[in-house]
Formats: sequence, structure tokens, C-alpha cells
Amino acid sequence: MKNNELEIKDELQEESLFNGSLGRRSFLQFAGASAAGLALVAAGCKKDRGYPDMNSGATLDFKDDFGVLNYAYALEQLEAAFYIKVASAPPSAFTAAQKAYFQDIQFHEIAHREFFKNALSTAAIGSLEVDFSSIDFTSATSVLGTAKAFEDLGVSAYNGAGVRIKTDAYLVLAGKIVSVEARHAAYIRDLISNGSFADLNDLTALGSNNAGGLDAALTPDKVLAIAGKYIKTKINVINL
Amino acid sequence: MNIVNILEEIEKVDGEIYERLSPRRSAMKDFYSMGKKIAFAAAPLALGSMFTKAYGQTLPTAVVNTLNFALSLEYLEYHFYNHALVAAPTLTIPAGAPTAAITTIRDHELAHVNLLKGALGTSARAEITYAMTDFTAGGTFPTVYSDYVTFLKVACGFEDTGVRAYKGQATVLKGLSVLTTALQIHSVEARHASHIRQMLAANGATIKPWITGSATVSNDTGVSAVDAVYAGENLDVQAGVTITGINGQTGVTRAAAVESFDEPLDTASVVTIANLFLKTGFKL
Repeated sequence: MKNNELEIKDELQEESLFNGSLGRRSFLQFAGASAAGLALVAAGCKKDRGYPDMNSGATLDFKDDFGVLNYAYALEQLEAAFYIKVASAPPSAFTAAQKAYFQDIQFHEIAHREFFKNALSTAAIGSLEVDFSSIDFTSATSVLGTAKAFEDLGVSAYNGAGVRIKTDAYLVLAGKIVSVEARHAAYIRDLISNGSFADLNDLTALGSNNAGGLDAALTPDKVLAIAGKYIKTKINVINL
Repeated sequence: MNIVNILEEIEKVDGEIYERLSPRRSAMKDFYSMGKKIAFAAAPLALGSMFTKAYGQTLPTAVVNTLNFALSLEYLEYHFYNHALVAAPTLTIPAGAPTAAITTIRDHELAHVNLLKGALGTSARAEITYAMTDFTAGGTFPTVYSDYVTFLKVACGFEDTGVRAYKGQATVLKGLSVLTTALQIHSVEARHASHIRQMLAANGATIKPWITGSATVSNDTGVSAVDAVYAGENLDVQAGVTITGINGQTGVTRAAAVESFDEPLDTASVVTIANLFLKTGFKL
């Protein structure tokens, strides 16, 4: 915990040098997200003092590449769980072609999830418990809307976390996966509205910039705050 | 984007970064005050400008080379689509969704050109004009600007090459702010590729939005002339982990394993592909 406090102090000092108010504001927003099932150990340090957080959830320690890989593993777990549920009982409005492609996507996400599990080995976080109570799995609109949200968020997550990766092989691996997520995102967006495959004006909340032709990119704290709605397991974030 | 992290990363390879920066306090001060005003996505441009000032017009050579390489590809892509839209009377891109999609993609490629030119400043390579290009690839695709499906097939090759090319440059930009920018371009190219593939499928091709394959097939487009674009795409071992049937997941077939991971392409291979579309005297 002392380490975490130091980290935060360092971070605040850095932030205050360059964009103090912004850093603190997003920090507080994120701390607020803990009510939705997320907790930032660093933020909740005082509140949680004395409680062994490590035993009551998953800890993403961003001090090294394992933290980034576990972050990706957490998101892939979420995506895989969603598509497994969709593929097991697709909305009745889905066409045969849509069912087949959702089946494909399901296995892509499972492949990503299992890859991270094996690559991380003993450093891997446990299985996350998901919360899909906000999704109507019988409704094509609900399923497609959620799939779009997950894929666009996935793209923004990998794009935003890439700069943190220190190992060449892992950086390339993140690149190998993010373009597949972007292919998914484009396909699902086109199902909802043909031609919206790269509607960068619609992705500004996730960090896109249409004038630059740039896709979404968000830092892990912001991604987890959005994903938190779908995750029951408490996720502790340290050394971000 | 954490500017401090970026500076720290540079410090590891250039211990004099702060000294380089401090004699030019005004450059830093301008940058920080600007940081409050400019949007996140504009920051790479400002950052590029700061580095240019700090290094006295000399960006690290490897970074300059990578960004110029990307710029070359973006010029090619831009001209390919722009010519199709504005100067190819014998090519009929159907009105409505198809024309809108090609226009969207053309606009993104132009945005990428301008962004990279801005980041490179005076280090930017010379402009590639349409006159320097040959999108028939020396006669391999003679109907590229008269047959819509052929046009889409070449487009598919361009987009999938673009995705592979950016991926192949990632490690050069590791830890730098421009990596994020490059990744943001990279995934836009992947979105384009997905859509172009759907356009091909809508016109009778058997092709998925993602690149599939098998132990023996790495080019899933059915166009053998673009084999080089897909060389090695059928890999199914990632970081030493075999993906096919991973952890007892029988649904993860070899095809699913190939689809799940897009492969990078090294600079030399991408240059070979790009040169097919450049006239003699203007090749990379």
C-alpha cells in the first residue's frame, strides 16, 4: 500500500506539472466507478487499508508487461463470455450468415483469451465473473449494440495500452489482435448501419479523431471504468 | 498520453534529452501551454514539433524512416481511391453505399497523409503524385479502373497490406507517443479492410471480413496475384503457444486460429509490394 501511495504521489506530481486538473478529474471519475464493481487500489488506499484486496478480486499491476497482458486477458475474458452466450442462443432475428460470423468471432475471442492465459501462465489473473444483466440476448438490437460497444472498446484499449508495452514480442502480439478486433468492430457496425465501419465521429468518446483519420484510443483506467458495468469481479488497478 | 513517460523513455536511449530540451525552454513552454488547449489527437503533431525543435530538426532516424515509409503507403492508398472517385470514367462504383464507403476510406487516407506530413515536418519525404503510380501493377490488373470487382480486389490487397505494414513497424516506435498514433491509423486500416472484404462478398466473392486460411492456404482472397500480401498469414503459433485447439478448445480450428491473429509484414516485403504500384524511377 505504501508503494501505491508513492506511485500516486508521483503520478499526481507528474500530472500537476502538465495537466493537473484533468488528471485529477479523470482520477476521481474512475474512483467513482468502483461502485460499479471496480476498485482502484491506489485510489481506495485509505478506505481499504487493512483489507487484503489481493484475495477479493483481480489485481492488474501495470508496473510491467504482465499487467498490460492481464488487462488484455480481462477484456478478452469479457468478450469471450459475451459471444459464447450469443452463439449458444442467437437472437431469432439473426440470419444464418450472421450466426456463422458470430460463431467465428466467438472462437476468435476464445483463442485470444486462452492465448493470454497460457502466455501469462502463473502470472495470469483468475477467471472474471461477468454481469450481463443489462443485455437482452433475445434482441438483435441489444446484442449488436453490445457487440459494437465491446469491439470498439477493445480497439481503444489495445490502441491506448500499446505505448506501455516494453517487450517487442508482446507489442507485436497486441498489434496482431487489435486489427482483428477492428475487423470485428467494422463488421458489426455495418450490420447495424452499413457504411458506419469506421465512423470516427461516432467514436470520439473513445478517443478517436476524424480529422486525423485516427481510431479510438483510451488509457486503461477509462476503459475499465466503461467495462466495469459488465464485470462483477472487483478489479484492482495498481501502478498505472 | 503521458508526456513524462515518453520523455523518460527517450532518456533511456538519449541521456541528453532534457539538456537538448532545456536550452530551448520556449519550445517546451509552448508545448506545455499548448497541451491545455489542443485536443488529445492533435498532440502527436505538437509532440513531433517539440522533438523537431529539441533535436534541431533531427528526429531519430529510425522513427523518421518508419513515418516516411508509412507516408509512402498512405500516398499510394490515397491516389488509388481518389483516382477511382474523381478521374476513372470507365470505372463504375455503384452510387449510394459503395461510393460513400470508398469516399470515407479516401478521406481517411488523405487525413493520414496530412497527419504524417505534419508529424515529419521538414523530414517528410517528397510527395508521391498520381502520375508516379501504376495501379495496374505493370499490367497485372489491367481492368483496375474499369472493372468494379477488380478494383475491390486491389483495394483489399492495399488495406490488408497496410494493416500488416503498420504492425511490422510497431517495435520501431515502441514506447513513443507516435506509436499510439500509428496504432490508431493501423486499426482504421483494419476497419477499411473488413469493409472492403464485405463489399467483395456482396459482389459474389467468398471472403470473410477477417483473413482466414489453413495449414496450406495463407491467401484467402482467391487472387493469386496478391499472394505476397498474405504470405505467412496462416501462422498458428503465437509466442510459442499453439492456437489451434488451444487448451482443449476444439472450436478453435486452424482456420479460427489464423483468423484470430493478423500477422505483421517486414519492411522489405512491403516495399516489394508497394513498388509494384510505382512507376520506374519512383520506386521505394
